Amino acid sequence: MTDVAEKTEEEASPRGEASGTPAVKTVELTKRFGRTVALAGLSMTVPRGEVFGFLGPNGAGKTTAVKLLLGLLTPTSGEGWLLGRPVGDLQTRRRIGYLPELFRYQGWLTAAEVLSLHCELAPLPRSSWKDEVRTALETVGLTDRAHDRVGTFSKGMQQRLGLGAALLGEPELVFLDEPTSALDPVGRHDVREIIRGLAARGTAVFLNSHLLSEVEQVCDRVAVVDHGRVIASGTMDELLGGTSVRLRVAGLTQADKNALSGFGRIDDEGDQLTFAGLDPDRVPELVASIVAKGGRVFEVAPRHETLEDRFLQLLQDEEK
Amino acid sequence: MPPVLVIARLTVQEASRRRLLLALLILTLIVVGFSAWGFNKITTVTRSDGTTLPHDQVALITSQLLIVVTFMFSGVLALSAAVVAGPLISSEVESGLLLSMLARPVRRSEVVIGKWLGLAVLVAVYAAGSALLELIAVDWATGYLPPHPIELTVFVAAEGLVLLSLGLVLSTRLSGITAGVIALVAWLMGWIAGVVGDIGTGLQNQALQNVGIVSHLLLPSDGLWRGAIYAMEPDTYLAALRAAGTFGRANPFAAVDPPPIQFLVWVLIWFALLLGLSVWSFRTREI
Repeated sequence: MTDVAEKTEEEASPRGEASGTPAVKTVELTKRFGRTVALAGLSMTVPRGEVFGFLGPNGAGKTTAVKLLLGLLTPTSGEGWLLGRPVGDLQTRRRIGYLPELFRYQGWLTAAEVLSLHCELAPLPRSSWKDEVRTALETVGLTDRAHDRVGTFSKGMQQRLGLGAALLGEPELVFLDEPTSALDPVGRHDVREIIRGLAARGTAVFLNSHLLSEVEQVCDRVAVVDHGRVIASGTMDELLGGTSVRLRVAGLTQADKNALSGFGRIDDEGDQLTFAGLDPDRVPELVASIVAKGGRVFEVAPRHETLEDRFLQLLQDEEK
Repeated sequence: MPPVLVIARLTVQEASRRRLLLALLILTLIVVGFSAWGFNKITTVTRSDGTTLPHDQVALITSQLLIVVTFMFSGVLALSAAVVAGPLISSEVESGLLLSMLARPVRRSEVVIGKWLGLAVLVAVYAAGSALLELIAVDWATGYLPPHPIELTVFVAAEGLVLLSLGLVLSTRLSGITAGVIALVAWLMGWIAGVVGDIGTGLQNQALQNVGIVSHLLLPSDGLWRGAIYAMEPDTYLAALRAAGTFGRANPFAAVDPPPIQFLVWVLIWFALLLGLSVWSFRTREI
């Protein structure tokens, strides 16, 4: 068995070293737990300064990927680099922030003490701790609870604290694993604003989430993972290029509906038909065809494809 | 501050904030108070002619009672060390507490050694503090002091460190409850194996004696306890034990000789081995 976490690199890498290199790069990164394949040949590149959404259903391998990248797990095969350095490099971790999915902090410490502890472990210059802690508490809205013990915090407040810890020292790359799982709508909004703030100052964000609307609002680029494999990736524009049209119709037989498949992939929900990837210019032609087959059209609603539409379609395609 | 010392400080801080130190201090003061009262009673015992016991007899009885009381203290220390060390790593892995810390530039070896160091400080402080209080109380009550109080403290502390080290290595792979229970059972089995060795000495049975020797090598806690006993025995009692021959050696609360130097060297090696094993085990654990 090999060491999990530590590839010693004694010399500190100066901030911005190899800034031409991607924030994250993996080549055929694979992880098996016994006979279970948690991650199957993950190859991807996350450019610097981008907000990258890593999407997938529960158990798809998202958290495994993050743990592999942070050196908490050993890959079965494949390679990975963070900020131009091999995964597991201790000094690279000075420039990385991480909010785990399973967030938990020392309940016997106060919020300010937890953040000071992470300043010390980061390690940041002692003279900067006070400002770093104050800024982090302000950013995540915990200034009023700075001197309360973490053990008295709600889950949402602990997640905010974890987010604050991940932001200490202006990291160049931040991993956020389901960062809003315990937050209320206001908290989710705040997290989106924090992510936008990170992107504005050039920090790369690796956002693990299955909350698609959240990802859609903040991410520049996404990868969809299922059963340990990336099944789609690209910029939001590349993934969400199509338009869908939803119609409320009556009087069509199944054969009639099948005959309409030339207009696009049909999501048939009885009297609701949704045509994915349909050119808006062809909508009149579609309506005419339905009427010609004896159908009656009550409503036509063109709409841009959402990430949720695309995500569900990808998963359905995978199952076929 | 280096990460290893940060982790050690955090371990001490946790014990303090969770009021473990306060609980031990209060319990220790209660025990010391009761034992001082009990020891004082020895000096007031009267013989058939109405006189009190001479100083030599008071010293002899006190030395024997002190061994029993110290056995209780060393037991508390060993049990506490095992119970605290058992979940030291595993509970923080299971809760996720270590995830964000290990994503910092912190080596896993620093986490393991830091936790060992923090708990070792607590064990040493408790051993020294409780020994000091108890010996002051006994001295006040009877005017008796054991011949080697420093060695006594060191051996009792080292016994606690053995249980701490065993609990820690188990904690890198097993759940806190499992690790703690195994450490406790191992400690009791080690003590019983020592008694078996004593019986072997009394019966001059080499096979039984070997049980004691092997158990002392596998888990040196009982061997160290014998060192603590030896440090508490006055010369007159030692002379009586030696005069009794093999039967003088067949007593789990008596030690005719100090622990051999080879054994003490082995104890140091044992600590290094277990700490090294703990580091290796945690470094190769996936969390």
